[in-house]
Amino acid sequence: MTMSTTITIAPVTRIEGHAKITIQLDEHGDVADARFHVNEFRGFEKFTEGRLLWEMPGITSRICGICPASHLVTSAKAGDDILAVEIPETAEKLRRLLTLAQWLQSHALSFFHLSSPDLLLGFDADPAQRNVFGLIAHDKEFARRGIRLRKFGQEIIEMLGGRRIHTPWTVPGGVREPLDPARRDAMLAWIPEARETVGIALATLQKMHGKYAKDIPEYGNFRSLLVGLVSKDGGLEYYDGFLRIMDGNGNTIADKLDPKKYFEYFGEAAESWSYLKFPYYKPFGYPDGMYRVGPLARVNICDFIETPLAEAERKVFKALSGKAGVVNNSFYYHYARLIEMLFAVEKIEQLLKDPAILGSTIRSDASINRAEGIGCSEAPRGVLFHHYHVNKDGVIQKANLVIATAQNNIAMNRTVRQLASHFLDGRNGKITEGMLNRVEAGIRCYDPCLSCSTHALGQMPLHVRVLDADNHVVDEMMR
Amino acid sequence: MAIITFSIDGEHYSAREDQTILEIAREHKIPIPTLCHLDGLSTVGACRLCLVEIEGSAKLQPACTAKPVEGMVIRTNTDRLKKYRRTIVELLASEGNHQCAVCVVNGHCELQNLAYEVGLDHVRVPYLFPSKRLDATHKDFVIDRNRCVLCTRCVRVCHEVEGAHVWDIGGRGINCEIIGDMNQPWGESESCTSCGKCVRVCPTGALFEKGATVGEMHKERGFLKYIVTARNKQQWIATAHEEE
Ligand code: SF4
Ligand code: FES
Repeated sequence: MTMSTTITIAPVTRIEGHAKITIQLDEHGDVADARFHVNEFRGFEKFTEGRLLWEMPGITSRICGICPASHLVTSAKAGDDILAVEIPETAEKLRRLLTLAQWLQSHALSFFHLSSPDLLLGFDADPAQRNVFGLIAHDKEFARRGIRLRKFGQEIIEMLGGRRIHTPWTVPGGVREPLDPARRDAMLAWIPEARETVGIALATLQKMHGKYAKDIPEYGNFRSLLVGLVSKDGGLEYYDGFLRIMDGNGNTIADKLDPKKYFEYFGEAAESWSYLKFPYYKPFGYPDGMYRVGPLARVNICDFIETPLAEAERKVFKALSGKAGVVNNSFYYHYARLIEMLFAVEKIEQLLKDPAILGSTIRSDASINRAEGIGCSEAPRGVLFHHYHVNKDGVIQKANLVIATAQNNIAMNRTVRQLASHFLDGRNGKITEGMLNRVEAGIRCYDPCLSCSTHALGQMPLHVRVLDADNHVVDEMMR
Repeated sequence: MAIITFSIDGEHYSAREDQTILEIAREHKIPIPTLCHLDGLSTVGACRLCLVEIEGSAKLQPACTAKPVEGMVIRTNTDRLKKYRRTIVELLASEGNHQCAVCVVNGHCELQNLAYEVGLDHVRVPYLFPSKRLDATHKDFVIDRNRCVLCTRCVRVCHEVEGAHVWDIGGRGINCEIIGDMNQPWGESESCTSCGKCVRVCPTGALFEKGATVGEMHKERGFLKYIVTARNKQQWIATAHEEE
């Protein structure tokens, strides 16, 4: 008689970006462990070897169809480091604008297109309805606003890049083209609508916090380290600044760390069952050095947000933490994401109204002055590092990219484990639709940038297998 | 010089007997794809993209080298030719590593344009994914052999126009590649004058300026017409330069 059981959830309808979930039960039928396998092959690091530094923004921005601009910016920053240049003021402001547009675009996708169907229609709603089309049927205006908000972010990215998707407009040393005033004005015209839409989203989410008060505590509610950039004076940061590390009790355990020394503070563990590496904070070891990045971390670790509306909302967010001083529940990634959208809209307006944004000095020229460079910025999903070694001619000898989804890897496993323990049906190892939906929603809190997580405009393709201790299939479910 | 008459695609034309089919076709705006040919350089007839059909002859002729004779019936756009041209571009695509999306000449590449022209929506032969050498040792320029189609324009412009003769073809068959100074790193070349002519005539992103990012490398080729007109006719016409 076999005692322990393994449940595997795997997508079946997609080849690239595939991920599956295995849930290991113990002899009592309780969840012992959960693994979110990400089988994305990180081939980019390998095939950029032998390429030129100047090509890196263009190549690496192809890693992700959702956040190409984050790779553009981070890669260009690694390039600045290798050229050993300071970029012109206008170039920095334009890159900041691009980074925030990327946040807005990606966060809007995450909230409106991917998570809202779950939140508004209910986790147990018919999967055929629980997608962006169902959302449109349910509340057309809300869906329309979400689509337009995302479009705002996309339009900024396109206008900066000369209206071409994936144009590598940021380059080592700065950016390629200045911003023309007509485009600046076109961007500014969006601001009132964008601000209003984020307000509506915030109000909607607050209602959801009430509606799901019972469920929320199960969505990845645990202490972990939180890691992200803060500005030089401790504010919410997205482009530059220092690394700050906070523990699950709200204590800042490390501050003002130079992002270029990332590899001194963080290690990367490998597990045989996942291609994704498992970054951890070295002083705590693996896996205790687990940390979370992204909106939840950023809004938690900063002392303030520099724009008024977002700062007011941050205070409400912080109040959720109670005595802990830190909001540990992964469900509140959604909330943090909306606060960041609000900040992005406010800050984009500020940047666009700054006369320096229209400057024409935008690119510092230099040749190879360092053999090694590190770029770091906050991508929508969390802090992103590009680390390159080049020869004297600028040919890449080695590249290492540390992406946000990898950094949240351990935390995602914890979340899946927690949800599975709570929602798994009885002690018979039977998979229920309800559990699948929650696990899916739990992963979605982190908005992982796997192709599969955004596939099919809403529903993740899942394949669930229940295996016993001898790896015999006891239950299987596919959708 | 004798004038001859002949037909191209059913229309009658006359031309001087020393003109090539390609020259005549261009004069009359009859499109014939080319790759190795470049006005101002010698003709090698190597790429075979400009092949045309000649009635009564089983052999196809490259328009860039063939000259018409009296009464010749020429066809430039038959199904057979279209098929061959497409196949040639497919083979070129499969032989190198042409990642347009991240290439310095994306959007203004002759190979890319050819692919559009011949309707290359996919490649039917397996890609070879060769591992070819990139040489970035020159202070201003880079040669990425992954994108080279071996048209030899660089070899010819360097020898015929600049007179430096840096470039040659080394190797045999599929292993042919462009080499500089008998296979030395470009940065160590003693014959290279750093004039950049090879970079400008290269139809692809194989030769480019260092520091160029995706799609940033525009190749300005008007200089060639200017130099050649000046040299051959002793006419220094600035417009010849600006025309292109
Ligand atoms: S380097 Fe350019 S010009 Fe020279 S042979 Fe190759 S493709 Fe032709
Ligand atoms: S153009 Fe005639 S053979 Fe190349």
